[in-house]
Amino acid sequence: MVFAKLLSIEIWKKWLWSFVRYTLIIGLSFVILYPILQKISTAIKHKSDLYSPIVIWIPQNYSFDNFKQVIQIMDYWVTLLNTFALSSMTTLLTAISCALAGYGFARLKFKGSNLLFAGVILTILVPPTTILIPIYLNLKDFTLMGIIPLLTGKSVNLLNSYWPFILTSLTANSLKAGLYIFIFRQFFRGIPKEIEEAAYIDGAGIGKTFTRIMLPNAIPALITVTIFSFVWQWNDSFYTTTYLTSSKVMSTQLSSLPYNLAIQLEGGATSKVDPFYQSMVQDTGILLAMLPLIIIYLFVQRYFVESIERTGIVG
Amino acid sequence: MKLLMKLGIKPKTYAQQKAMWGFIYVLPWLIGFIFFFFIPLMSSIRYSLSSIQANANGMIIDFIGIGNYVEALTVNTSFNRSLIESIVDMVVNVPLIVIFSLFLAVLLNQKFFGRSLARAVFFLPVILASGVILSLESTSLIQAVNEQNAGNSVVISFELQKIMLQSGVSETIVMYLTGAVDRIYEIVSLSGVQILIFLAGIQNISPQLYEASKMEGATGYESFWKITFPMVSPLIFTNLIYTIIDSFSRNTLTDLIRETGFTQFNFGLSSAMAWIYFLCIAIILLISTFLISKRIFYHE
Repeated sequence: MVFAKLLSIEIWKKWLWSFVRYTLIIGLSFVILYPILQKISTAIKHKSDLYSPIVIWIPQNYSFDNFKQVIQIMDYWVTLLNTFALSSMTTLLTAISCALAGYGFARLKFKGSNLLFAGVILTILVPPTTILIPIYLNLKDFTLMGIIPLLTGKSVNLLNSYWPFILTSLTANSLKAGLYIFIFRQFFRGIPKEIEEAAYIDGAGIGKTFTRIMLPNAIPALITVTIFSFVWQWNDSFYTTTYLTSSKVMSTQLSSLPYNLAIQLEGGATSKVDPFYQSMVQDTGILLAMLPLIIIYLFVQRYFVESIERTGIVG
Repeated sequence: MKLLMKLGIKPKTYAQQKAMWGFIYVLPWLIGFIFFFFIPLMSSIRYSLSSIQANANGMIIDFIGIGNYVEALTVNTSFNRSLIESIVDMVVNVPLIVIFSLFLAVLLNQKFFGRSLARAVFFLPVILASGVILSLESTSLIQAVNEQNAGNSVVISFELQKIMLQSGVSETIVMYLTGAVDRIYEIVSLSGVQILIFLAGIQNISPQLYEASKMEGATGYESFWKITFPMVSPLIFTNLIYTIIDSFSRNTLTDLIRETGFTQFNFGLSSAMAWIYFLCIAIILLISTFLISKRIFYHE
């Protein structure tokens, strides 16, 4: 009996597949984790280990110099706080405005709502580069259809403030907001109509039905949108480098790290700095910028994976 | 509601109320759409057709017809090259990403020890490989040198190439596949969201279908092609579109457009470039929609 089982081709096939699967998964996981491990190893090295041929992964001289340097150059704690404030603010506003719009499009149909939804799709399709310049010029002399000049006499310059982010996320037009509206709409469409009708019969108005019944049911979609929006805002360099040129947020600080390092070391000339050392400090900077995200991800990844499985982006 | 009644507006039917509230719910988006999307879109067309002189008093916009478009396509030295480069990159990468993410989603959906850990690792790129980190990553010198020293990826794909060529596979296919092996990190890191979408789709397929086919004696291979593949085919379409848009969101062309706009202050040319770019994307999307949409199986 046991022999027959051992000889059966089914068992062999199963084992072989399992082996192939583990090889693939472990291999690819390594490919994904490799840059992170690499950065950790680089970050804890001392400068003298850079050219040492015997050091590949584990440094000979441990040091936290890189960290100290980067924290000082990037003004890390202030930057972290700024980035956190900016990301959580836009995330909150985006989630609210996109949930409202998504619900409106999914359940509260009115004349022309399909046409407007085509507008949402259009915002997903048009690359942000196409409309960047007019938005930039518009924000530089912000008039709000001529209302502000009427009150104060001249237009305001909204660049280098958080206002562009607040305004766009309040009106569901921030970074990738079209996608979030789409996710919400798909999700609300999947919730049975009867629940809503029951709430209405019990005397709840439309606002109450939305906040008490529909929103709690839409938690998976809410989690997905929150995480995406937080992370993409955190890493975004496209809008932050345009709107916030001199403010201290993670992505602008990170992209100007090599120059700032050069200024500190050699008084300005990038070419004089040892490129290896520069790269080392930059890697440490990237590690420090990613670290908060990774820590948050460790806590929420379970809900994230579970929720997205139930979001029904499925279409 | 009471306030409305006081103002002399009659109470509306449920349907009318819904329509009214629907408009109110969509209103914030609509305002944003008009101010931060539609008006800029229109001005962008206008800019692209004009020459723009900015001075202390503001901007002087002169209509010059399609001059900027002509300049972008014929005079500008790097525009054509960047445009073709980004389109070729897209054509090469998108099929790989879609197939690879479908494969991984099937793999991650199977039951095995350590599955949740594997999933956590595979979705890490969604978080890490975006924006500034990705662009800095590609310039990391230390990493480049380490890879050079290790040298293994080159060797492996070289061997693979030899084996495949000897077994008589067409050369273009071999080059494509070995190229994919060399760029595995790029492909893995760009397919996080796609894996999530496929995984969600696969889990929505009812298990009865698999059970029934197993009773009939279908192998895993057969049930993939006869059940999983047709059932997720709408998602292949979704993912294809997403990947195309995603791959166009950051590349050399985007940088060129920005540079022309913000360092050379040539707003007209920059807008013209952006419009040519958008038209290319639109054409590609239309072609792929046309090619794919006929083959999709909808289970309703």
